[in-house]
Amino acid sequence: MELIDLYIALFLSFFKIGLFGFGGGYAMLPLIQQEVVELHGWITVSDFTNIVAISQTTPGPIAFNSATYIGYSAVTEMGFAHGYGVVGSAIATLAVSLPSLVLMTLVCAFFFRLKNNAWMQASLSVLKPAIIGLIASAALMLMNGYNFIDYKSWIIFGVVLAASLKKVDPILLILLSGVAGLLLYSA
Amino acid sequence: MGHSMPNIRKYGELFLVFFKIGAFTFGGGYAMIPLIRNEVVRKREWLNENEFMDMLAIAQSIPGPIALNTALFVGNKRLGFKGSLFSAAGIILPSFIFILFIAILFSQFSDNPFVERIFKGIRPAVVALIAAPLLGLGRSAGVNRRNLWIPVAVALAVWLLKISPVWIILAAILMGITHLVYLKKVMKK
Repeated sequence: MELIDLYIALFLSFFKIGLFGFGGGYAMLPLIQQEVVELHGWITVSDFTNIVAISQTTPGPIAFNSATYIGYSAVTEMGFAHGYGVVGSAIATLAVSLPSLVLMTLVCAFFFRLKNNAWMQASLSVLKPAIIGLIASAALMLMNGYNFIDYKSWIIFGVVLAASLKKVDPILLILLSGVAGLLLYSA
Repeated sequence: MGHSMPNIRKYGELFLVFFKIGAFTFGGGYAMIPLIRNEVVRKREWLNENEFMDMLAIAQSIPGPIALNTALFVGNKRLGFKGSLFSAAGIILPSFIFILFIAILFSQFSDNPFVERIFKGIRPAVVALIAAPLLGLGRSAGVNRRNLWIPVAVALAVWLLKISPVWIILAAILMGITHLVYLKKVMKK
Protein backbone atom coordinates (compact mmCIF):
# COMPACT_ATOMS: atom_id res chain seq x y z
CA MET A 1 0.00 0.00 0.00
CA GLU A 2 1.22 3.46 -0.86
CA LEU A 3 2.02 5.66 2.09
CA ILE A 4 -0.39 8.36 0.91
CA ASP A 5 -3.25 5.83 0.69
CA LEU A 6 -2.54 4.72 4.23
CA TYR A 7 -2.56 8.34 5.42
CA ILE A 8 -5.91 8.93 3.72
CA ALA A 9 -7.38 5.73 5.18
CA LEU A 10 -6.17 6.74 8.66
CA PHE A 11 -7.66 10.20 8.26
CA LEU A 12 -11.06 8.90 7.09
CA SER A 13 -11.26 6.21 9.77
CA PHE A 14 -10.45 8.54 12.64
CA PHE A 15 -12.64 11.32 11.27
CA LYS A 16 -15.51 8.83 11.32
CA ILE A 17 -14.60 7.79 14.87
CA GLY A 18 -14.62 11.44 15.97
CA LEU A 19 -17.88 12.19 14.18
CA PHE A 20 -19.78 9.26 15.67
CA GLY A 21 -18.02 9.28 19.02
CA PHE A 22 -21.04 10.08 21.14
CA GLY A 23 -20.71 9.45 24.86
CA GLY A 24 -16.91 9.71 24.82
CA GLY A 25 -14.43 7.20 26.23
CA TYR A 26 -15.58 3.60 26.42
CA ALA A 27 -18.62 4.22 24.23
CA MET A 28 -16.21 4.95 21.35
CA LEU A 29 -14.36 1.64 21.77
CA PRO A 30 -16.59 -0.63 19.65
CA LEU A 31 -16.36 1.77 16.70
CA ILE A 32 -12.59 2.15 17.07
CA GLN A 33 -12.20 -1.62 17.31
CA GLN A 34 -14.36 -2.27 14.25
CA GLU A 35 -12.41 0.28 12.22
CA VAL A 36 -8.82 -0.47 13.20
CA VAL A 37 -8.93 -4.18 14.07
CA GLU A 38 -11.69 -5.72 11.97
CA LEU A 39 -11.98 -3.44 8.94
CA HIS A 40 -8.38 -2.36 8.33
CA GLY A 41 -6.38 -4.86 10.38
CA TRP A 42 -3.95 -2.14 11.47
CA ILE A 43 -3.44 -3.82 14.85
CA THR A 44 -4.41 -7.09 16.56
CA VAL A 45 -7.15 -7.30 19.16
CA SER A 46 -4.51 -7.97 21.85
CA ASP A 47 -2.59 -4.82 20.91
CA PHE A 48 -5.89 -2.92 20.91
CA THR A 49 -6.58 -4.12 24.46
CA ASN A 50 -3.05 -3.04 25.42
CA ILE A 51 -3.80 0.45 24.08
CA VAL A 52 -6.94 0.61 26.22
CA ALA A 53 -4.83 -0.41 29.24
CA ILE A 54 -2.22 2.24 28.39
CA SER A 55 -5.03 4.81 28.01
CA GLN A 56 -6.36 3.97 31.44
CA THR A 57 -2.97 4.60 33.01
CA THR A 58 -1.87 7.70 31.09
CA PRO A 59 -3.37 11.19 30.77
CA GLY A 60 -5.78 12.05 27.99
CA PRO A 61 -8.95 10.70 26.40
CA ILE A 62 -8.96 7.18 24.92
CA ALA A 63 -9.92 8.49 21.48
CA PHE A 64 -6.76 10.63 21.24
CA ASN A 65 -4.58 7.92 22.70
CA SER A 66 -5.71 5.27 20.24
CA ALA A 67 -5.45 7.69 17.31
CA THR A 68 -1.90 8.64 18.25
CA TYR A 69 -0.82 5.07 18.88
CA ILE A 70 -2.48 3.47 15.86
CA GLY A 71 -1.45 6.31 13.52
CA TYR A 72 2.14 5.54 14.38
CA SER A 73 2.03 1.75 14.51
CA ALA A 74 -0.10 1.24 11.37
CA VAL A 75 2.53 3.15 9.36
CA THR A 76 5.64 1.59 10.89
CA GLU A 77 4.16 -1.94 10.75
CA MET A 78 3.93 -1.47 6.98
CA GLY A 79 7.70 -1.02 6.94
CA PHE A 80 7.87 2.76 6.71
CA ALA A 81 10.39 4.70 8.83
CA HIS A 82 9.66 6.20 12.26
CA GLY A 83 9.34 9.74 10.88
CA TYR A 84 6.46 8.68 8.63
CA GLY A 85 4.90 7.01 11.66
CA VAL A 86 4.95 10.31 13.55
CA VAL A 87 3.18 11.96 10.59
CA GLY A 88 0.57 9.16 10.62
CA SER A 89 0.11 9.75 14.32
CA ALA A 90 -0.46 13.48 13.80
CA ILE A 91 -2.91 12.84 10.93
CA ALA A 92 -5.01 10.38 12.97
CA THR A 93 -5.05 12.66 16.02
CA LEU A 94 -6.09 15.70 13.97
CA ALA A 95 -8.74 13.66 12.15
CA VAL A 96 -10.35 12.44 15.37
CA SER A 97 -10.46 16.03 16.73
CA LEU A 98 -11.76 17.73 13.58
CA PRO A 99 -15.49 16.87 13.90
CA SER A 100 -15.53 18.31 17.43
CA LEU A 101 -13.83 21.50 16.21
CA VAL A 102 -16.40 22.00 13.46
CA LEU A 103 -19.41 21.18 15.65
CA MET A 104 -18.26 23.25 18.61
CA THR A 105 -17.56 26.23 16.35
CA LEU A 106 -21.12 25.98 15.02
CA VAL A 107 -22.54 25.63 18.53
CA CYS A 108 -20.63 28.70 19.72
CA ALA A 109 -21.55 30.72 16.63
CA PHE A 110 -25.28 30.16 16.91
CA PHE A 111 -25.28 29.43 20.59
CA PHE A 112 -28.30 27.21 20.39
CA ARG A 113 -29.78 26.65 23.78
CA LEU A 114 -29.06 23.02 23.13
CA LYS A 115 -29.66 21.98 26.67
CA ASN A 116 -33.30 23.03 26.57
CA ASN A 117 -33.93 22.39 22.90
CA ALA A 118 -36.79 19.87 22.50
CA TRP A 119 -35.30 18.27 19.37
CA MET A 120 -31.93 17.85 21.04
CA GLN A 121 -33.59 16.30 24.09
CA ALA A 122 -35.60 13.96 21.87
CA SER A 123 -32.47 12.80 20.02
CA LEU A 124 -30.73 12.09 23.30
CA SER A 125 -33.66 10.20 24.85
CA VAL A 126 -32.88 7.01 22.94
CA LEU A 127 -29.21 7.79 22.31
CA LYS A 128 -28.31 7.87 26.01
CA PRO A 129 -29.46 4.31 26.82
CA ALA A 130 -28.01 3.17 23.47
CA ILE A 131 -24.60 4.50 24.54
CA ILE A 132 -24.76 2.25 27.62
CA GLY A 133 -25.29 -0.66 25.21
CA LEU A 134 -22.22 0.46 23.21
CA ILE A 135 -20.07 0.41 26.35
CA ALA A 136 -21.39 -3.07 27.21
CA SER A 137 -20.55 -4.24 23.69
CA ALA A 138 -16.99 -2.89 24.14
CA ALA A 139 -16.58 -5.17 27.16
CA LEU A 140 -18.17 -8.15 25.36
CA MET A 141 -16.02 -7.70 22.24
CA LEU A 142 -12.85 -7.73 24.35
CA MET A 143 -13.99 -10.82 26.27
CA ASN A 144 -12.40 -13.12 23.72
CA GLY A 145 -9.85 -15.93 23.51
CA TYR A 146 -6.97 -13.51 22.94
CA ASN A 147 -7.50 -11.62 26.18
CA PHE A 148 -8.88 -14.53 28.23
CA ILE A 149 -6.36 -17.29 27.73
CA ASP A 150 -7.11 -19.54 30.73
CA TYR A 151 -8.86 -19.72 34.13
CA LYS A 152 -6.29 -17.31 35.60
CA SER A 153 -7.56 -14.57 33.28
CA TRP A 154 -11.05 -15.06 34.68
CA ILE A 155 -9.77 -14.87 38.26
CA ILE A 156 -8.04 -11.56 37.48
CA PHE A 157 -11.23 -10.35 35.77
CA GLY A 158 -13.39 -11.29 38.78
CA VAL A 159 -11.07 -9.73 41.36
CA VAL A 160 -10.65 -6.49 39.41
CA LEU A 161 -14.40 -6.26 38.76
CA ALA A 162 -15.17 -6.64 42.48
CA ALA A 163 -12.43 -4.19 43.50
CA SER A 164 -13.53 -1.66 40.90
CA LEU A 165 -17.12 -1.82 42.16
CA LYS A 166 -15.64 -1.01 45.58
CA LYS A 167 -14.11 2.13 43.98
CA VAL A 168 -10.47 1.02 44.11
CA ASP A 169 -8.33 3.26 41.89
CA PRO A 170 -8.20 1.84 38.32
CA ILE A 171 -4.54 2.77 37.85
CA LEU A 172 -3.62 0.78 40.95
CA LEU A 173 -5.70 -2.16 39.70
CA ILE A 174 -3.90 -2.16 36.34
CA LEU A 175 -0.49 -2.03 37.99
CA LEU A 176 -1.43 -4.89 40.35
CA SER A 177 -2.80 -7.06 37.55
CA GLY A 178 0.45 -6.46 35.64
CA VAL A 179 2.33 -7.79 38.65
CA ALA A 180 -0.13 -10.71 38.82
CA GLY A 181 0.56 -11.49 35.16
CA LEU A 182 4.29 -11.48 35.83
CA LEU A 183 3.87 -13.90 38.74
CA LEU A 184 1.15 -16.17 37.27
CA TYR A 185 2.60 -16.68 33.83
CA SER A 186 6.00 -18.13 33.17
CA ALA A 187 7.94 -17.29 30.05
CA MET B 1 -4.65 49.15 25.71
CA GLY B 2 -2.66 49.21 28.91
CA HIS B 3 -5.37 47.45 30.90
CA SER B 4 -5.45 44.26 28.85
CA MET B 5 -2.85 41.61 28.42
CA PRO B 6 -1.15 41.56 25.04
CA ASN B 7 -2.97 39.11 22.74
CA ILE B 8 -0.10 36.69 22.44
CA ARG B 9 -0.08 36.26 26.22
CA LYS B 10 -3.82 35.58 26.28
CA TYR B 11 -3.50 32.86 23.66
CA GLY B 12 -0.50 31.47 25.48
CA GLU B 13 -2.43 31.39 28.73
CA LEU B 14 -5.32 29.48 27.10
CA PHE B 15 -2.85 26.99 25.68
CA LEU B 16 -1.05 26.53 29.00
CA VAL B 17 -4.18 26.11 31.11
CA PHE B 18 -5.43 23.30 28.90
CA PHE B 19 -1.96 21.82 28.49
CA LYS B 20 -1.83 21.49 32.27
CA ILE B 21 -5.30 19.90 32.38
CA GLY B 22 -4.36 17.52 29.56
CA ALA B 23 -1.13 16.52 31.25
CA PHE B 24 -2.52 15.75 34.68
CA THR B 25 -5.84 14.03 34.12
CA PHE B 26 -5.61 10.31 34.12
CA GLY B 27 -8.56 8.19 33.06
CA GLY B 28 -9.96 10.70 30.55
CA GLY B 29 -13.23 12.59 30.30
CA TYR B 30 -15.08 12.65 33.57
CA ALA B 31 -11.92 12.78 35.69
CA MET B 32 -11.10 16.12 34.05
CA ILE B 33 -14.28 17.96 34.99
CA PRO B 34 -13.30 19.03 38.54
CA LEU B 35 -9.89 20.20 37.28
CA ILE B 36 -11.41 22.21 34.45
CA ARG B 37 -13.94 23.79 36.79
CA ASN B 38 -11.17 24.77 39.19
CA GLU B 39 -9.10 26.46 36.48
CA VAL B 40 -11.85 27.99 34.38
CA VAL B 41 -14.52 28.91 36.95
CA ARG B 42 -12.75 29.38 40.29
CA LYS B 43 -9.24 30.57 39.46
CA ARG B 44 -9.74 32.54 36.25
CA GLU B 45 -13.47 33.26 36.18
CA TRP B 46 -13.69 32.78 32.42
CA LEU B 47 -17.11 31.16 32.91
CA ASN B 48 -19.56 31.34 35.79
CA GLU B 49 -21.01 28.25 37.46
CA ASN B 50 -24.17 28.32 35.28
CA GLU B 51 -22.27 28.71 32.03
CA PHE B 52 -20.05 25.86 33.11
CA MET B 53 -23.02 23.52 33.63
CA ASP B 54 -24.53 24.53 30.27
CA MET B 55 -21.20 23.91 28.60
CA LEU B 56 -20.96 20.44 30.16
CA ALA B 57 -24.40 19.52 28.86
CA ILE B 58 -23.41 20.65 25.36
CA ALA B 59 -19.99 18.96 25.51
CA GLN B 60 -21.69 15.68 26.38
CA SER B 61 -24.37 16.02 23.70
CA ILE B 62 -22.11 16.40 20.69
CA PRO B 63 -19.68 13.70 19.53
CA GLY B 64 -16.02 13.60 20.47
CA PRO B 65 -14.08 13.46 23.73
CA ILE B 66 -15.66 15.60 26.46
CA ALA B 67 -12.29 17.07 27.39
CA LEU B 68 -11.74 18.32 23.84
CA ASN B 69 -15.27 19.68 23.52
CA THR B 70 -14.86 21.54 26.79
CA ALA B 71 -11.51 23.02 25.74
CA LEU B 72 -12.98 24.11 22.39
CA PHE B 73 -15.94 25.79 24.06
CA VAL B 74 -13.87 27.72 26.60
CA GLY B 75 -11.31 28.75 23.96
CA ASN B 76 -14.02 29.93 21.60
CA LYS B 77 -15.94 31.77 24.29
CA ARG B 78 -12.82 33.62 25.41
CA LEU B 79 -10.94 34.41 22.20
CA GLY B 80 -13.10 33.15 19.33
CA PHE B 81 -12.23 30.49 16.78
CA LYS B 82 -8.48 31.15 17.04
CA GLY B 83 -8.75 30.78 20.80
CA SER B 84 -10.38 27.39 20.40
CA LEU B 85 -7.43 26.25 18.26
CA PHE B 86 -5.03 27.17 21.07
CA SER B 87 -7.05 25.49 23.82
CA ALA B 88 -7.53 22.37 21.64
CA ALA B 89 -3.79 22.19 20.94
CA GLY B 90 -3.18 22.51 24.67
CA ILE B 91 -5.46 19.63 25.59
CA ILE B 92 -4.28 17.36 22.75
CA LEU B 93 -0.49 17.82 22.95
CA PRO B 94 0.37 16.20 26.31
CA SER B 95 -1.27 12.87 25.49
CA PHE B 96 0.02 13.08 21.91
CA ILE B 97 3.64 13.41 23.06
CA PHE B 98 3.22 10.81 25.76
CA ILE B 99 1.52 8.16 23.63
CA LEU B 100 3.85 8.72 20.69
CA PHE B 101 6.75 8.06 23.03
CA ILE B 102 5.05 4.89 24.30
CA ALA B 103 4.24 3.74 20.74
CA ILE B 104 7.88 4.15 19.68
CA LEU B 105 9.07 2.36 22.80
CA PHE B 106 6.45 -0.37 22.48
CA SER B 107 7.24 -1.15 18.85
CA GLN B 108 10.63 -2.22 20.18
CA PHE B 109 9.52 -4.12 23.27
CA SER B 110 6.13 -5.64 22.48
CA ASP B 111 7.72 -9.02 21.69
CA ASN B 112 9.66 -8.96 24.93
CA PRO B 113 8.46 -11.99 26.98
CA PHE B 114 8.59 -9.91 30.16
CA VAL B 115 6.25 -7.26 28.72
CA GLU B 116 3.98 -9.96 27.27
CA ARG B 117 3.57 -11.60 30.70
CA ILE B 118 2.64 -8.27 32.28
CA PHE B 119 0.00 -7.62 29.62
CA LYS B 120 -1.42 -11.15 29.95
CA GLY B 121 -2.39 -10.07 33.46
CA ILE B 122 -3.53 -6.59 32.46
CA ARG B 123 -5.83 -7.47 29.54
CA PRO B 124 -8.61 -9.20 31.52
CA ALA B 125 -8.38 -6.39 34.09
CA VAL B 126 -9.06 -3.83 31.33
CA VAL B 127 -12.28 -5.65 30.40
CA ALA B 128 -13.36 -5.61 34.06
CA LEU B 129 -12.68 -1.87 34.28
CA ILE B 130 -14.90 -1.25 31.25
CA ALA B 131 -17.71 -3.43 32.63
CA ALA B 132 -17.64 -2.19 36.25
CA PRO B 133 -19.12 1.32 35.78
CA LEU B 134 -21.98 0.05 33.54
CA LEU B 135 -24.59 -0.12 36.31
CA GLY B 136 -23.89 3.38 37.63
CA LEU B 137 -23.69 4.85 34.12
CA GLY B 138 -26.92 3.12 33.19
CA ARG B 139 -28.70 4.68 36.12
CA SER B 140 -27.46 8.20 35.31
CA ALA B 141 -28.41 7.73 31.64
CA GLY B 142 -31.98 7.03 32.75
CA VAL B 143 -32.05 3.32 31.96
CA ASN B 144 -35.09 1.74 33.66
CA ARG B 145 -37.23 -1.39 33.33
CA ARG B 146 -39.14 0.09 30.39
CA ASN B 147 -36.16 1.00 28.22
CA LEU B 148 -33.70 -1.66 29.35
CA TRP B 149 -34.22 -3.41 26.02
CA ILE B 150 -32.40 -0.55 24.25
CA PRO B 151 -28.91 -1.10 25.77
CA VAL B 152 -29.39 -4.88 25.64
CA ALA B 153 -30.37 -4.85 21.97
CA VAL B 154 -27.53 -2.46 21.11
CA ALA B 155 -24.92 -4.54 22.94
CA LEU B 156 -26.05 -7.75 21.21
CA ALA B 157 -26.31 -6.12 17.78
CA VAL B 158 -22.78 -4.71 17.95
CA TRP B 159 -21.22 -7.71 19.66
CA LEU B 160 -22.86 -10.65 17.85
CA LEU B 161 -24.17 -9.18 14.59
CA LYS B 162 -21.17 -6.82 14.18
CA ILE B 163 -23.46 -3.94 13.27
CA SER B 164 -21.53 -0.68 13.07
CA PRO B 165 -22.11 1.74 15.99
CA VAL B 166 -22.58 4.39 13.28
CA TRP B 167 -25.93 2.81 12.30
CA ILE B 168 -26.88 2.33 15.94
CA ILE B 169 -26.31 6.03 16.67
CA LEU B 170 -28.18 7.20 13.58
CA ALA B 171 -31.08 4.85 14.37
CA ALA B 172 -31.21 5.99 18.02
CA ILE B 173 -31.35 9.69 17.03
CA LEU B 174 -34.04 8.94 14.44
CA MET B 175 -36.12 6.96 16.95
CA GLY B 176 -35.93 9.75 19.51
CA ILE B 177 -37.03 12.36 16.97
CA THR B 178 -39.80 10.14 15.56
CA HIS B 179 -41.10 9.67 19.07
CA LEU B 180 -41.25 13.45 19.60
CA VAL B 181 -43.04 13.98 16.27
CA TYR B 182 -45.54 11.30 17.28
CA LEU B 183 -46.08 12.91 20.70
CA LYS B 184 -46.66 16.32 19.09
CA LYS B 185 -49.28 14.82 16.76
CA VAL B 186 -51.06 13.11 19.65
CA MET B 187 -51.08 16.35 21.64
CA LYS B 188 -52.67 18.28 18.75
CA LYS B 189 -55.64 15.86 18.64
